Amino acid sequence: MGRNASLLSTQTELAPKRRIKVLVAKLGLDGHDRGAKVVARALKDAGMEVVYTGIRQTPEQVVNAAIQEDVDAIGISILSGAHMALIPRVMQMLKEKGIDDILVTVGGTIPTDDIVKLKSIGVAEVFIPGTPLSEIIEFIKNNVKRKQ
Amino acid sequence: MSLFNEDALNEIKKRLKAWEEETIKNDLIKYPERLPEFKNISGILLKRFYTPADIENYDYFEKLGFPGEYPFTRGIHATMYRGRIWTMRMFSGYGSPEYTNERLKFLLKHGETGLSLAFDFPTLLGLDADDPLSHGEVGVVGVSVSSLKDMEVIFDGIPMDQVTTNMTINPPAPILLSFYIVTAEKQGVKPDQIGGTTQNDNLKEFFAQKSYVFPPEAGLKISLDVIEYSAKYLPKWNPISISGYHIREAGGTALQELAFTIADGIEYVRVGIERGMDVDVFAPRLSFFFAAGTDLFEEVAKFRAARRMWAKIMKERFNAKKPRSMWMRFHTQTSGVTLTAQQPENNIIRVAIQALAAVLGGTQSLHTNSFDEAWALPSEKAVKIALRTQQVLAYESGSADVVDPLAGSYYVEWLTDKMEEEAWKIIDRIEKIGGMVEAIKRGIPQREINDSAYKFQKDVEEKRRIIVGVNAFVEEEKLEIPLLRFNQEEVEKHQIERLRKVKETRNKASVEWSLRELKSAAQRNENVIPYIIKAVRVYATLGEIMGTLKEVYGEWVETPLF
Repeated sequence: MGRNASLLSTQTELAPKRRIKVLVAKLGLDGHDRGAKVVARALKDAGMEVVYTGIRQTPEQVVNAAIQEDVDAIGISILSGAHMALIPRVMQMLKEKGIDDILVTVGGTIPTDDIVKLKSIGVAEVFIPGTPLSEIIEFIKNNVKRKQ
Repeated sequence: MSLFNEDALNEIKKRLKAWEEETIKNDLIKYPERLPEFKNISGILLKRFYTPADIENYDYFEKLGFPGEYPFTRGIHATMYRGRIWTMRMFSGYGSPEYTNERLKFLLKHGETGLSLAFDFPTLLGLDADDPLSHGEVGVVGVSVSSLKDMEVIFDGIPMDQVTTNMTINPPAPILLSFYIVTAEKQGVKPDQIGGTTQNDNLKEFFAQKSYVFPPEAGLKISLDVIEYSAKYLPKWNPISISGYHIREAGGTALQELAFTIADGIEYVRVGIERGMDVDVFAPRLSFFFAAGTDLFEEVAKFRAARRMWAKIMKERFNAKKPRSMWMRFHTQTSGVTLTAQQPENNIIRVAIQALAAVLGGTQSLHTNSFDEAWALPSEKAVKIALRTQQVLAYESGSADVVDPLAGSYYVEWLTDKMEEEAWKIIDRIEKIGGMVEAIKRGIPQREINDSAYKFQKDVEEKRRIIVGVNAFVEEEKLEIPLLRFNQEEVEKHQIERLRKVKETRNKASVEWSLRELKSAAQRNENVIPYIIKAVRVYATLGEIMGTLKEVYGEWVETPLF
């Protein structure tokens, strides 16, 4: 830490060495990107570094982008209802590549029983429509696994 | 000719001033207002109340006129719902064509008066059910249609000369329309007997719904192919539904919805005329599609302003002669994005208010959302309540008994004028840079809609806007409404299997020949629809036909902005 350390710690609660980096990803074919973009902007306003994939991403593209960008967290947005076919594939690929320190969260119209299933395969949290942005920001700040 | 006499106006202004100095000052001390300022969703600052002084130069004939007459502010028909209730057209479709056929029959049995097909994402993007990208998405948000065979099943037992059908389909619109035409023929129904709408609005895809496939110019060309073909051969078909609804869903305000939709409309008409078409031949069948949000008055004002603006544009700018060319006919859907996952039953109330706004605004047809849609596709019970909401409005509320009942409200007329005035500013800005295609390429509507979406969310977070059950009157709750569930994996397997059989039994050589013909027609810049119909007849698939068109037109990839 240089001489700016004290300055940094007054700027953010976590006093990170580096900013939390998040990949916001639209998975599947749906083009409903309003939520993803609002969340991306809120995370950026909260001081995080945000990479947004754009729409129509496959599980492979999401995992590859996460690795390439070396992110701390992936926020998957999916409103098409195809979450149970696509998200397990993302989790599987992360596992195959030996990645266990990227926090994965999901946002979208996800029925309650599916939330339970997604959590059982390693998704850290599922945010349904109407979740306050502040809750998403706090969750990511408090749960990223990599040392900041 | 002003509506008010000068002495009366002066008296109102004088007394208003006194009121402001006496009555309100004391009242504000005792009863302060809830908010420092009141703004509607469009960001328009609202006064405490309105008087004739707010519309002092109001010219009745220029602004309002009579129902069924220019500028059609009061409605495109002289009797409106006294003659015929709006079409109750529920957006539906899920899973396999068999499930959808069942749901359509269920709705018809319960009194819906028009059909509206929702397609799944693979179909919306022109992909077959067996495409690797379709995996997990087949049948999920709508019905899966990969070939003529699927359309035949959807309409099995539904007489296509007796119903009208809306198809929410955009880049593949010519293909789905061809499926529809050929299916009808197999029922013995001729093309000039089928009625309905293809959404076919490729422009809004780039900044709102995002199911674009071709680049903007090619998308526009495809839309015009459908318009031109319909004008010649399908006299009862609405070839396009110029859509504001998705602009709203993507986060745009009512004002942005109004302005961008009309700007899109201008682009379609301009290109149609450039193509050599007579405006009075194709304009009478252009139709529109709007959202209805929960702010009743803002919505009513939006609809009335939209009708007036379109009439002016068609008459003054495009020199249309037939009154029908000046009609803005529109379908309305209550606003999906306003539905909350929290306390979902509250959505029934939101939908009722939104539907009332559409009716007071003079819509031609209406879809009411089901209360469970923030969670899943509508269950039978939920969709029936949504349909019943329309029936109660139509037959019990009295709102269908008088034409344009809110006209003359100082507030509604002021707001109608204001929405129009602000919308012209946006449209003029777009026109100055060369129209919507250019605006889309520069990312202008995309950015402006993103900004509105973010601002709205901040307003909710900071409680400048109250959403019942979300940021006020919140309850700890467990979801207790039954959701529609079906076996997606089975549907996907079933659809892939049917597609395999179609491919096995068709004449391969005819398919290949028809696709080659289609490709060369597209290369010659001809209208592609007659060639698509030929390909559809021999069971070429959606994916094959789209693939052929993509080879010629290319595909659009957007720069992701947030």
